[in-house]
Amino acid sequence: MKQFQYVRPSTQQNVIAAIAQPGTKIIAGGSNLVDLMKHGVMSPDKLVDINKLPLKHITQGKNGVHIGALALNSQVAEDQIIKDHFPLLSMALNAGASAQLRNMATVGGNMMQRTRCPYFYDVAMPCNKRNPGSGCGALEGFNRMHAIFGQSDKCIAVHPSDMAVAMAALDATVTVVGRKGERRIAFTDFHRLPGDHPELDNNLAKDELILGVDIPANNFAKHSYYLKVRDRASYAFALVSVAAALDIDNGIIRSARLAMGGVAHKPWRLTNAEKALAGKPATTANFEQAAQIAMQGARAYKENEFKLKLAPASIIEALNHAAGLV
Amino acid sequence: MEENQSGSSQGAESMEDNPRRNFLKQSTLLTAIALTPAAAVKAAENHLDEKVAAVFEKMPVTIEINGKVHHLSVEPRTTLLDLLREQLDLTGTKKGCDYGQCGACTVHVDGHRVNACLTLAVMTDGKKVTTIEGLAKGEELHPMQEAFIKHDGFQCGYCTPGQIMSAVACVREGHAGSEAEIREYMSGNICRCGAYPNIVNAIMEVKAGGQQV
Ligand SMILES: Cc1cc2nc3c(=O)[nH]c(=O)nc-3n(C[C@H](O)[C@H](O)[C@H](O)COP(=O)(O)OP(=O)(O)OC[C@H]3O[C@@H](n4cnc5c(N)ncnc54)[C@H](O)[C@@H]3O)c2cc1C
Ligand code: SF4
Ligand code: FES
Ligand code: FES
Repeated sequence: MKQFQYVRPSTQQNVIAAIAQPGTKIIAGGSNLVDLMKHGVMSPDKLVDINKLPLKHITQGKNGVHIGALALNSQVAEDQIIKDHFPLLSMALNAGASAQLRNMATVGGNMMQRTRCPYFYDVAMPCNKRNPGSGCGALEGFNRMHAIFGQSDKCIAVHPSDMAVAMAALDATVTVVGRKGERRIAFTDFHRLPGDHPELDNNLAKDELILGVDIPANNFAKHSYYLKVRDRASYAFALVSVAAALDIDNGIIRSARLAMGGVAHKPWRLTNAEKALAGKPATTANFEQAAQIAMQGARAYKENEFKLKLAPASIIEALNHAAGLV
Repeated sequence: MEENQSGSSQGAESMEDNPRRNFLKQSTLLTAIALTPAAAVKAAENHLDEKVAAVFEKMPVTIEINGKVHHLSVEPRTTLLDLLREQLDLTGTKKGCDYGQCGACTVHVDGHRVNACLTLAVMTDGKKVTTIEGLAKGEELHPMQEAFIKHDGFQCGYCTPGQIMSAVACVREGHAGSEAEIREYMSGNICRCGAYPNIVNAIMEVKAGGQQV
């Protein structure tokens, strides 16, 4: 690991001033950044440790819950408010990484974690995300884990977070603060598609700090399910994951929320399928139809063709679980 | 730039007699110039409540390790794992993958299990660290250590310290309710020898015993 400077400011103001300097990165749990620094993928000159900021709390209000950016993944997953009202988020968090890593991983760091594309990690390989203009090793290479939605010819990587898939499905908003003050970003607008700039993972400005996430109150708690399909039974990144949440009244779906992980450069919200489900009976036949709608526009590569079948099957399975049909 | 040796546990070490640090200094000289150390020093003066480590500086940290308070000085890039093994000779904590993937380096920080290989030592300043060396009370082994021995929970033993630290946490967290739950919550600890069934049995026995772990 390259040498770097280290600061541990105790005020938001000092954090913002520090991160505005070039070559600077925030460090929260370190579980992604330290890994990338060891691999030489990222080599900041200076780390700004934000752990002195009071951003660990989870608070419930009338309109929903606020989760501070420094709340740990394990803390959020085990929190009674979250378990009772947003079980989808608990399930998604517990499906991610290991117990040790969830004790290190923060909410802010989790949504900012970088892709696990092997070419991104291998500094000897071309990668437009790590080194813009160098090409994309995955396009013609080992692309089993890669995207089937929203990719560009510059990058076909997927976002690896499980938590983010649940957040996107639950209509969360991210609050960030920078030199110009605070702003709120819809979770579904937080991450970017690669387009011509795969080096940009999200819409957070260089001088902005994530303060926390808000999830609005909802009626999905009884019918939520996070399905993660991976190569091992646990402790592996998703090949495909599905966050499904239904508001069911007398067998009829009042409204539905669906998002997928492991298929795009960002958590992939399936709004067309959600619309198709609204007002319909909660039956497997309707879930199959929704899955078909969800897959429109999907495009695969040599090694990830299986995702074209795995993804709709996973959607149906997650919806069946959410509806209590299996 | 001045080498900051004050408060160092290795006070005798100087730039002259440490070839590795000399090499580091030369090899990263260009970066150092680009970083304008003076600005870093000034930043330190401006925010006295903040800890600032410039590029070649070691940071003074106070860490309680296995009940003993250590005043140390560490380079910001030193991981907790390397601090334990290389500076403090606490070699019970193992280095497996070094990238958060195997769990061999599992220790407790403020009572929570973490991967020491992805933890920067400077970030444990003011915290309490427990390693496998800190589990036993003198000659008396921890119940989890006893159970691992009784149930043959290891073969080569390489992953064992991390497994035991994780196993203790697994019980403390209330995640040792069933075999399936134990397997799920122990999945961050990989064993190349495949000692898993015996590890699960050891944890089940400790859980059933209801002892304080
Ligand atoms: C072996 C392994 C397996 C894993 N498996 C999974 C998995 O299955 N599913 C999954 O979802 N994740 C998985 N992870 C990833 C893990 O969840 C992330 O590393 C973790 O969530 C990152 O959080 P952190 O606080 O440690 O981030 P850090 O490493 O501290 O930071 C990550 C990034 O976020 C930025 N950042 C952090 N906080 C803020 C903030 N408040 N404002 C602005 N920027 C910020 C940092 O600058 C950095 O760029 C795995 C990791 C490992 C090592
Ligand atoms: S898919 Fe994206 S991250 Fe992977 S090699 Fe191509 S450009 Fe890099
Ligand atoms: S050495 Fe830390 S997880 Fe493998
Ligand atoms: S006992 Fe050999 S690696 Fe686990």
